[in-house]
Amino acid sequence: MANVANAPRQKVVISTRVDKVSTGARVTSSVRAAIAVIVALIMLIPVAWMAMTAFKTRPDAVAVPPKVFFEPSFEGFVSLLTSRRQLTNDEIAVYQQRTDLGWADQIALIRGQAITGPSAFPRQLLNSLIISGVSTVFSVGFGVLSAYAFSRFPVPGKDDLLFFILSQRMLPPVVVTIPIFLMYRQVGLHDTHIGMVLLYTAFNLSFSVWLLKGFIDEIPREYEEAAMVDGYTRLQAFRRIVLPQATTGIAATTVFSLIFSWNEYAFALMLTSDAARTAPPSIPLVLGTGGIEWAAIAAGSLAFLIPVVIITFLLRKHLLRGVTFGAIRKG
Amino acid sequence: MSDVRLENISKRFGDTLALEGISLHIHDDEFFVLLGPTGAGKTTTLRVIAGLEKQDDGHVYLDDRLMDGAQPADRDVAFVFQQYSLYPNMSVYDNLAFPLRSPLRRLPEGEIRQRVTGAAEKLRITHLLERKTARLSGGEMQRVSIGRAIVRQPRIFLMDEPLSNLDAKLRESLRVELKHLQKTQGSTTLFVTHDQIEALTMADRIAVLDQGKIIQNGTPFDIYDRPATTFVAQMVGTPRINLIAAEWQDGAYRTPGAALSFARQNGAAAEKVLVGVRPEDVRPGAGDFRGEVMLVEPLGVETILHIRTGEITLLCVVSGLSSIQLGEVLSFGFAVERLHFFDMNGRRL
Repeated sequence: MANVANAPRQKVVISTRVDKVSTGARVTSSVRAAIAVIVALIMLIPVAWMAMTAFKTRPDAVAVPPKVFFEPSFEGFVSLLTSRRQLTNDEIAVYQQRTDLGWADQIALIRGQAITGPSAFPRQLLNSLIISGVSTVFSVGFGVLSAYAFSRFPVPGKDDLLFFILSQRMLPPVVVTIPIFLMYRQVGLHDTHIGMVLLYTAFNLSFSVWLLKGFIDEIPREYEEAAMVDGYTRLQAFRRIVLPQATTGIAATTVFSLIFSWNEYAFALMLTSDAARTAPPSIPLVLGTGGIEWAAIAAGSLAFLIPVVIITFLLRKHLLRGVTFGAIRKG
Repeated sequence: MSDVRLENISKRFGDTLALEGISLHIHDDEFFVLLGPTGAGKTTTLRVIAGLEKQDDGHVYLDDRLMDGAQPADRDVAFVFQQYSLYPNMSVYDNLAFPLRSPLRRLPEGEIRQRVTGAAEKLRITHLLERKTARLSGGEMQRVSIGRAIVRQPRIFLMDEPLSNLDAKLRESLRVELKHLQKTQGSTTLFVTHDQIEALTMADRIAVLDQGKIIQNGTPFDIYDRPATTFVAQMVGTPRINLIAAEWQDGAYRTPGAALSFARQNGAAAEKVLVGVRPEDVRPGAGDFRGEVMLVEPLGVETILHIRTGEITLLCVVSGLSSIQLGEVLSFGFAVERLHFFDMNGRRL
């Protein structure tokens, strides 16, 4: 036993936790971390490859064997964001003399093309943003309200209704695309933003009601009852007490809804053609003059990925809590 | 002035009858306790008064105003829940201020601060005000819950077993504090519990509930000394009352298995009766009956003796530590004037 009076003068060992000292435990935790890193890297290879391809020139993109080291180029982005026309050899000679060309024009010129204007892609990306954003807001908004009602009120035929809602999710979208296409054409919703928002909201709602009901069921009723006795109406109690408690669930539902409507392909391909066309069906159609423009497709995919990454990143804290829900100690 | 009246309240949940014709009158400044076992309908009664549950039948009057359709917010009552009622995303201060910030009241922040600190001082939780509620112990949480009720001087405090999730020591000290608080504040309180000690120690009046019905309504003294049924007699008092079946024979009530006899008392005219004897009314040392001591439980302030006579084992309490030994055969008698007679259905004769 160390003398208490001498204690401060003695060497202080900071780490005394057994799991940090024991070699066996240390090796195990290092191995686990290493495995996690390796798995993450394997998962990221396709994404990384896509990002690389986006910055490759056309020959580099299709080179065999694949090139890992290459000179980066914005050719893919230029092909994605502009529409171009092929120049004749004479025109190329004239263009090469010009000094007023922007950097994008110069990149196009390498392939003997001249930019004639912006492509449809930025607008399609914007359509995607509008349609999936609005439909996510609706499906989460209505989802919270109906999940709360199902969780708290004696809704007549509750179980049947909930099953009916769930069964909406079991339906493969492809089965209904043709009928919906015909109906949409009749009522003038074909190729409109409203039509797509309606459709995605309807499809996501079943999922968001179920997911959110689980989260709201977890919130003890006593919270809002206490608030109601304390002088608040049910709606005020819902807004001030239930909603803050349900943020985790709302964040998780938002991300899932957003990813679904953001990625949705079959409906978008059938029900939109021009005005409301979203990004997913247009990316594979970025075909240049002859051959598939892999760099442009990769650039489109990269641009398409970024909004979802941003949203997920912003909500990551809530999502992490969502994963551990059930383990949170209640008030 | 606050005065709560329930008239013939009935409530069913599906097929189960939760409350059946509950009528109560809680007077101003009264500490009223609803006592009953789990599932007796105590909490439902509170929730009907608060407006969290709507009765199927009957009326709720607060200060003589009919409140049947009123929202909980408009009833001006305070509710202390058994658990889970502090708002978890707020600090203790904000929890206490929450009722004062309601759109119904909208007090200026200065007055809110004054009231919150006042309540915090009374409950000795001033040091916790800045803390998040998730980082409180059970006792601290219930103090904050009570604080949230007293900041706003409601008509009536409705308390739903606020002490039953706490450990024994804490329960005891908070019980004393609650009673003290109620007496100094002069606040009308309706307190629900299944713990007879809480009921007897705190109540001005007690209503005993069983299966949705009020069995007896009276002062702790009435409830303990004149229990209306064997259910009430068994509900209050530790150790439990001795209930002995006896039959009228040769001018006295006699037990079939044991040589016990009880003289007939005021109007008890049935053939067969249940005689209730509180353990403290069994007097060892002198008397007409003999029994063997089967078990001795010394508790310090008192000692519980299990005395076997014939086929009956009687519980007996003597004060202090007793010198009576296990296996000893002793004679004992009863405090005759304190016997309770019930008919075979359990009703008091």
